[in-house]
Amino acid sequence: MRRGGWLCCVTGLAVALAAGAEVNPNVNQDWFQKVPAKDRARVNPYAGNPAAIAAGHRLFEQHCAECHGADLGGTAGKPSLRASVVEQAKDGELFWLLKNGNLRYGMPSWSGLPEPERWEIVAFLRSGPDGQARSAPVNNIR
Amino acid sequence: MNDSRRKAERQQLRIWPRSRCAVLVAATLLGGIARTAAAQEPAYFVTYSQALEEPGNLEVEFKGTAASPKNVNGFGGGTLELEYGAKAWWTTELYLSGQTTPADSTLFTGFRWENRFRPLLGDHWINPVAYVEYEDANNADRSFLEVVGNDSVQDLLLTNTQGRSDVEREMELKAILSSNAKGWNFSENFISEKNLSTTESEPWEFGYAVGASRPLAMLAGAKPCVFCREHFAAGAEIYGGLGTTNQFGLRQTSHYLAPTLAWDLPNGPTLRFSPNFGLNDNSMGVLWRVSVSYEIQQAFSRFHRGGKGRL
Repeated sequence: MRRGGWLCCVTGLAVALAAGAEVNPNVNQDWFQKVPAKDRARVNPYAGNPAAIAAGHRLFEQHCAECHGADLGGTAGKPSLRASVVEQAKDGELFWLLKNGNLRYGMPSWSGLPEPERWEIVAFLRSGPDGQARSAPVNNIR
Repeated sequence: MNDSRRKAERQQLRIWPRSRCAVLVAATLLGGIARTAAAQEPAYFVTYSQALEEPGNLEVEFKGTAASPKNVNGFGGGTLELEYGAKAWWTTELYLSGQTTPADSTLFTGFRWENRFRPLLGDHWINPVAYVEYEDANNADRSFLEVVGNDSVQDLLLTNTQGRSDVEREMELKAILSSNAKGWNFSENFISEKNLSTTESEPWEFGYAVGASRPLAMLAGAKPCVFCREHFAAGAEIYGGLGTTNQFGLRQTSHYLAPTLAWDLPNGPTLRFSPNFGLNDNSMGVLWRVSVSYEIQQAFSRFHRGGKGRL
């Protein structure tokens, strides 16, 4: 195959993949069902820890706020973290989502962040944008 | 006289809106830079990991190389990278490379267009990433983004004039395997490259890159800081050629071992540094690498509006 042909193939493949995978972000809740029971049951070692919440706040601003908003309310086309699915999620489920992402729907995997930092983000999400503790699911009460 | 002045003024008026647009675009990008964030990438120069660019983010990176090998002119290479997260599972990247050889000349050496795909939509023990690249670069290129086939220090004996006349259009495929465990990243790349620009059938060239990297601290502190360990990552990589389809193996190939250090300045650029030590006679003694990168979050979101998504 000549070089022009190769280039066309590669470009065509890339465009087809991009077009085929365009997914409406408004119909995205399938991650919730995928969380294994073992991960669902994991407990945040930093839950309620003020230093971890402050650190999680910094990490959130650094990595997440551009999409999900500094007030967790979401930005154009990006979901709010005040949604009921997040409010009701257990810490282990949020941690699983941070680790695996939801690539099909635009949420990247954050497995490159060390595990303790991901737990700090979960601790912050539980506290809300003002750093005050929100009503937590049963598995967080110790 | 007056006519020519008026003509010049008219020309200025015609040009001004265009330059104003350029200023606006630059200001928007700089506005984005003010909101940069360090990516979660391991401290590698050659090895690729599973980390893709976050969707909508644009990373602008300058990678520099410098070396003074024995019996060969010293040189400095520079590559500008524009990396964009097209999807959470697809990153596309454009490279523009040039080099300067003090005893010779300075020239643009070519471009590359690279795409990386994550076929598995989740995090696993080992995460595969498929890599496809089209490259149009001449033999004066000194970016050393990878080493394949029988690449050797002898290739640097070509003058820039000789090197620039030999342009290679190549396709490069990489199989990337990568794992994150207990803060460590371990990545292994198998590289294959084919020259498409000749009518004669040239063999595929092969190479490898293996790396390990870890942040110096696993836990972020409550207070902002610049020099604390959480902003540093250290690692090491080893890479080299594996011959061709005609002669696969380590014979007449070059290899390098490279400790690396990365520093993510909070809300600023990421700086990387690495001395690469040649491991045999076909390698350069030391190849120095530095890079500076900015990640512009949601680079193009300022140009469109949309409804809010839902989790």
